[in-house]
Amino acid sequence: MPRKTMIEAIRDAMDVSMGRDDSVVVFGEDVGYFGGVFRCTAGLQQKYGRTRCFDAPISELGIVGAAIGMAAYGLKPCVEVQFADYVYPAYDQIVSEAARLRYRSNGDFTCPIVVRMPTGGGIFGGQTHSQSPEALFTHVSGLKVVVPSNPADAKGLLIAAIEDPDPVIFLEPKRLYNGPFDGHHERPVTPWSKHPLGEVADGHYALPLGKAAVRREGAALTVLAYGTMVYVAEAAAAETGIDAEILDLRTLLPLDLDAILASVRKTGRCVVVHEATLTSGFGAELAALVQRHCFYHLEAPVVRVTGWDTPYPHAQEWDYFPGPARVGRAMIETMEG
Amino acid sequence: MPDRMPLSLHVPEPEVRPGGTPDFSNVPIPKAGSVPRPPIDVDPREIRDLAYSIIRVLNREGEAVGPWAGTLTDAELLEGLRHMLTLRAFDARMQTAQRQGKTSFYMQHMGEEAVSCAFRKALEPGDMNFPTYRQAGLLIAGGYPMVDMMNQIYSNERDPLKGRQLPIMYSSKAFGFFSISGNLATQFIQAVGWAMASAIRNDTKIAAAWVGDGSTAESDFHAALVFASTYRAPVVLNIVNNQWAISTFQGIARGGSGTFAARGLGFGIPALRVDGNDYLAVHAVAKWAAERARKNLGPTLVEYVTYRVGAHSTSDDPSAYRPKEESSAWPLGDPVLRLKGHLIRKGAWSEERHVQAEAEILDAVIAAQKEAESHGTLHTGGKPSVRDMFEGVYADMPPHLRRQRQQAGV
Repeated sequence: MPRKTMIEAIRDAMDVSMGRDDSVVVFGEDVGYFGGVFRCTAGLQQKYGRTRCFDAPISELGIVGAAIGMAAYGLKPCVEVQFADYVYPAYDQIVSEAARLRYRSNGDFTCPIVVRMPTGGGIFGGQTHSQSPEALFTHVSGLKVVVPSNPADAKGLLIAAIEDPDPVIFLEPKRLYNGPFDGHHERPVTPWSKHPLGEVADGHYALPLGKAAVRREGAALTVLAYGTMVYVAEAAAAETGIDAEILDLRTLLPLDLDAILASVRKTGRCVVVHEATLTSGFGAELAALVQRHCFYHLEAPVVRVTGWDTPYPHAQEWDYFPGPARVGRAMIETMEG
Repeated sequence: MPDRMPLSLHVPEPEVRPGGTPDFSNVPIPKAGSVPRPPIDVDPREIRDLAYSIIRVLNREGEAVGPWAGTLTDAELLEGLRHMLTLRAFDARMQTAQRQGKTSFYMQHMGEEAVSCAFRKALEPGDMNFPTYRQAGLLIAGGYPMVDMMNQIYSNERDPLKGRQLPIMYSSKAFGFFSISGNLATQFIQAVGWAMASAIRNDTKIAAAWVGDGSTAESDFHAALVFASTYRAPVVLNIVNNQWAISTFQGIARGGSGTFAARGLGFGIPALRVDGNDYLAVHAVAKWAAERARKNLGPTLVEYVTYRVGAHSTSDDPSAYRPKEESSAWPLGDPVLRLKGHLIRKGAWSEERHVQAEAEILDAVIAAQKEAESHGTLHTGGKPSVRDMFEGVYADMPPHLRRQRQQAGV
């Protein structure tokens, strides 16, 4: 099977979708001729023409607002917001419009759009190129929220998102674009070509939204993770020697609650990790669900390991990032608890 | 030390507040027929003055004059008059129904009926409006059943929107009426996106965007103008300037710009101002703009100069922020009376027929209201099921909503 980076896999997903369905259009800042600042749309304009893949003015609300109108017409726009940190001008269009159009019109109008955006830190992007705003979207009725962690998933999930009849927020952990990253920033980058999940099947395939994947089976405790933190958790398990079961949630909304409950009921312990800030983060939702549904199975309190409740700093990036040492300590604490 | 004067902040104020004498002498009203009608493929730079004038067709004597006259037959004008009368009667009944507690909220069109009623007649089947809350004339003139509008207003068991939306936030794809948001100006850029999609698919349909004078201050308005200009989207961008944004006079949103239409000039978009109380002028300008869009010549920005005679909604009292007499001092008159006068002058209408038509229309509105009320009002009779509350959030109900529906016991 061909090996691809996450960038190539994402591009492949759009390529396959545009080839199969001429209602799929792709646009955003720098995505046309140049192919995107992360190159995710490189070659699509050349292949499908300027009216299927084009540059947009620097207006995130304009990009998403226009996409909503196009979707109401009958197209399937897959738009890029250059960094998740830039999405806020489009927030009203996403929350008040895209998410509610089906509901408020009783299905008269629908909004099958995908809003792709690179998320997370690890590239010395400072406060405006590092944020993880997933919880701002999981709080919104009517959205779906996807965070892939590898090329094979990214392709299948993006194709599913484009084919989905409802709006999907597709958060791409930018630190994973070129290789799995376990938080050991001091070590050389491992390329996707050396990782089994860098194998990406050709052609069309879709992975169902709302299904988690077990990345490591284990009996001692459950780690709930998504995106970059999947690899950080794997490193923490290896370094602590704790037999952790690591769940890659893949889709946050809708959430694969069954998979979460099955794992926690088996292990009796749960650590929730994400890169986003702690307070009102998605981890709070996960912890609440686990305690509600697994209360009598739990041997220890659910612990969260997250970014600190500060803006994402520049020089102190690795003090902010919840790396394998912090995750490992939480795992040990949970085992002792 | 250079000479430094202390700065001071300018906060605009309307000329007159309650207790004062209304004065519109500072609103220049060009003579009917005096503004030229350029060809639709005109270079926008050649018609910059149209953004500062007012296109008018009906003069004070009720005659249709000038180059913008003649887009409608007498039969079409009589139909237009009926639409406006229907909208006015509909508003009066629903305003009262709200006061009677049959619904929570209502917004009427008094004084602005010509804008949406005449505009609708310039569109073709398949075109799409992205309206605000004060364009129900698009539905009335488009033949949408009044009883369905009322069912929506009452949130009753026949409400096409299943009780999910505030009254008057209609939606009808089949009648070219996009779901009303309630968050202002969001639909302006969506209309541009819809129009871009039509062009991407090499379709022949066009879109119409609607916004009020106050909401032009939203970023969505500017995004819409950028996108419409950049991609030459086949869209008519409509600004209804009814002078008041709830209690805020239009100068707060307009700022130092001479007119709202002038906002289009910087984008290279042809910008026209039109007498919004002149059914013939509204139709002529709408037709001009729609033809431009349909011939792939791109967007047009149109400012309808009108006056909101009633309150913003059933939730405010305009006497608290403007003189009561202001509406009668408004220099562009009443759109219904002006069209009526024109048709009488032409011999196509009479006072007697007008009275008779008003009575017939009132009967039709009352009949629709009776039928709607037989299906329930907000607090009595049939209503959408609680189960419906959980439906339609997504195409397929996800597990967490299924669980919550079970918890709710429905």
